Amino acid sequence: MQTNQLLLLFSGVLLLLGLIAFFLGRAKAARTRAAGTAMYAQPDQYAWFTVLATAGPAVAVGALGAFVMLLLGAEIPTLYLLAGSLVVAAVGLVVGVNQVRPDFHARQAIERVIRFILAGAALISIFTTFGILFSIVSEAVRFFQMHSFWGFITGTTWNPGASFLEAAGRAGDAASTAQFGSVPLFAGTFMITLIAMLVAIPVGLMSAIYMSEFAPANVRTLAKPVLEVLAGIPTVVYGFFAAITVAPVIVTVAGAVGLEASFNNALAPGIVMGIMIIPFISSLSDDVINAVPDSMRQGALALGMTKGETIKHVVVPAALPGIISASLLAVSRALGETMIVVMAAGMRPNLTANPLEDMTTVTVRIVAALTGDQEFESAETLSAFALGLVLFAVTLTLNLVSVIMIRRFREKYRTNNL
Amino acid sequence: MSQSFDEISAQLKRRHRKSARLKWLSMGALGLAGLFLVIFFADMLGKGLPAFQQAQIRVEVTYSEQSQQLPLAAVNEDVRELVSRGWLRTLPMMMRDNPELLGSTRQEWVLADGQVDQYLKGHYTRLNDRQQAAVDALVEEGRAELKFNTTFFTRGDSKMPELAGIMSAAMGTVMTLLVTLAVSFPIGVMTAVYLEEFAPDNRLTQIIEININNLAAIPSILFGLLGLAIFISFFGVPRSSPLVGGLTLALMTLPVIIISTRTALRSVPDSIRHAAFGVGCSRWQVVRDHVLPLALPGIMTGSIIGLAQAMGETAPLIIVGMVAFIPDISASVTDAATVLPAQIFTWAGEPDRAFVEKTAGGILVLLSVLIAMNATAVVLRKKFERRW
Repeated sequence: MQTNQLLLLFSGVLLLLGLIAFFLGRAKAARTRAAGTAMYAQPDQYAWFTVLATAGPAVAVGALGAFVMLLLGAEIPTLYLLAGSLVVAAVGLVVGVNQVRPDFHARQAIERVIRFILAGAALISIFTTFGILFSIVSEAVRFFQMHSFWGFITGTTWNPGASFLEAAGRAGDAASTAQFGSVPLFAGTFMITLIAMLVAIPVGLMSAIYMSEFAPANVRTLAKPVLEVLAGIPTVVYGFFAAITVAPVIVTVAGAVGLEASFNNALAPGIVMGIMIIPFISSLSDDVINAVPDSMRQGALALGMTKGETIKHVVVPAALPGIISASLLAVSRALGETMIVVMAAGMRPNLTANPLEDMTTVTVRIVAALTGDQEFESAETLSAFALGLVLFAVTLTLNLVSVIMIRRFREKYRTNNL
Repeated sequence: MSQSFDEISAQLKRRHRKSARLKWLSMGALGLAGLFLVIFFADMLGKGLPAFQQAQIRVEVTYSEQSQQLPLAAVNEDVRELVSRGWLRTLPMMMRDNPELLGSTRQEWVLADGQVDQYLKGHYTRLNDRQQAAVDALVEEGRAELKFNTTFFTRGDSKMPELAGIMSAAMGTVMTLLVTLAVSFPIGVMTAVYLEEFAPDNRLTQIIEININNLAAIPSILFGLLGLAIFISFFGVPRSSPLVGGLTLALMTLPVIIISTRTALRSVPDSIRHAAFGVGCSRWQVVRDHVLPLALPGIMTGSIIGLAQAMGETAPLIIVGMVAFIPDISASVTDAATVLPAQIFTWAGEPDRAFVEKTAGGILVLLSVLIAMNATAVVLRKKFERRW
């Protein structure tokens, strides 16, 4: 029998048993009650308890069996597993109905089960993090068994092209061997991130200052959602915009002043990424600036400072930890941004300081390595996971530092809305 | 040395000018951001609106035995190279489905070739001078014009620009988002309820909280790596399927839903909980009957925003293979499918210039749906928001 047929059968029988459990449990509780005995819980609660007693262990046994089969590769005949879990369900039904007694706290029992289920759901987010970490690290380790870690970190040539020959056992006769030096990729990533920050931080921060310090209330209520629209545009759309509209403009402008620019220059994705990040910085900075207590502004104004001086010398310095934390988050965002650079930046690893040349980034190479017709075991495919590991480590560090800074800020001014 | 009164007032003027300059500068920054937005939308509309129109030609179609064998014979020689070849290829199948057509000759509006379409829209075209003259003549006679492009909304992807549509991608998006919603909504709400209403304040709870905030900031492409290594390689979920895409996006959307649900739960005042506890409700009864219904609008708003975010996401889906060429609408969540952003990405990579317009058209559709979703979320919040 097919797996999904078995699953259907399992759920069908379980549903039936559950229904039986519900009505048996309720009937028994109602009878007891009608006989005049006071009970700890309502009949419905007893009924639900019986259902839980029937279905819970059965589902647990089924899931455990499936997991053991998948994880340890042990061959449990699925039919036995099905029969086993249904027997457990039947036993659960009997035990559950048996538990319907006046001195049994059905409501508290249900409560315990629900708390258990909710806690299980909460653990899924932890599993996700571990899943990411595990999947990246395990594949990255296999990559570093083939190529040295030191060469990966310090090498300046990224040339995975020949790795498929190595995988085919013909390493010798290729003209060049595969080289995985990631420095050009990181150079490209940092260049594009730098350009993005040069756009996003001034514009985002100044917009935040305007909205929180100068703007009348109606401008503020209008401007905030409009800025949020910038953040809601999908990155693939920004990528198209950067590649089709912005890059040719840059090439034309550069040509007009006598510079030669590539159509895959680093400037176009950088600028567009900056635009994307503006609302991120402005809304976080806006929150932080609003959290600076008014007494500080009043004190500064009372000393005769102008509004501009108050902002420059009192409000912004006070909000600085929050602003820096927002900027760090924005940097981590820019580092991990994929679609804009995949569509608008180059594919060629290029170690240069000229933003008009084409450069490639870590995320571009991850996508390139995983969308080719490479088999999973090849060094190029695995290199994606090594790059992913570095990306994970860097963004995680930035996020943690940012969280710590914002916590400091929050403790300093005792605000809870951040 | 004391300053004169004039000096002081001049200095004061300078300081106020500086202050005003800061105001204008910051206003300019906001204006710049707004300008970006205007340029962006104008550019997309300019590029994408033509995609909703498609050149059609009125020709005489001969449904004969011969045209069933050789579709080219169905139309007159003079318009043969102006009619979409992709449309011609569908003729034999159409005749098989409608046998009564056989032997008849009809005047019909049919799809023009992609190059004719580009020529009529004033773009660059590969048509030679003779063909251009022929198209001009057809326009004169009223036999060629731009009509609303239904193909774009009813067909899947195609290598021929005049036949390419977003239908298969749209269906793929719907299936993927259904999987995402089915997984992330219950788990997200349950996690938030646990953290807000049940969890003791211990180390484990703190770790879960830090972890959720962290998850929200992890680059989306890393979720793609997780999907590839765990869902596809380990659990054996079929590659390119809405199932694996939906699961990957669900893990990404989870933090958004958790965080917004927690905010919604927190905004329900404690007095409500105290009153419910006071009449003897258990913790679960309080949550189920009182807190959750009151927090529901906030939860819905957060979920819609999370889904909209997932809908625009491309990078993780590329990693799990959802950029396949999908001409037909996929039947189930385990078949290969593509989604709207991935379709946009594929079209953006097509060398044919006619696809630029298709790409921008797809973007306009995607943006309209996203704006509609976000507007719904805002309306929901406005309508049901309660200040306690």
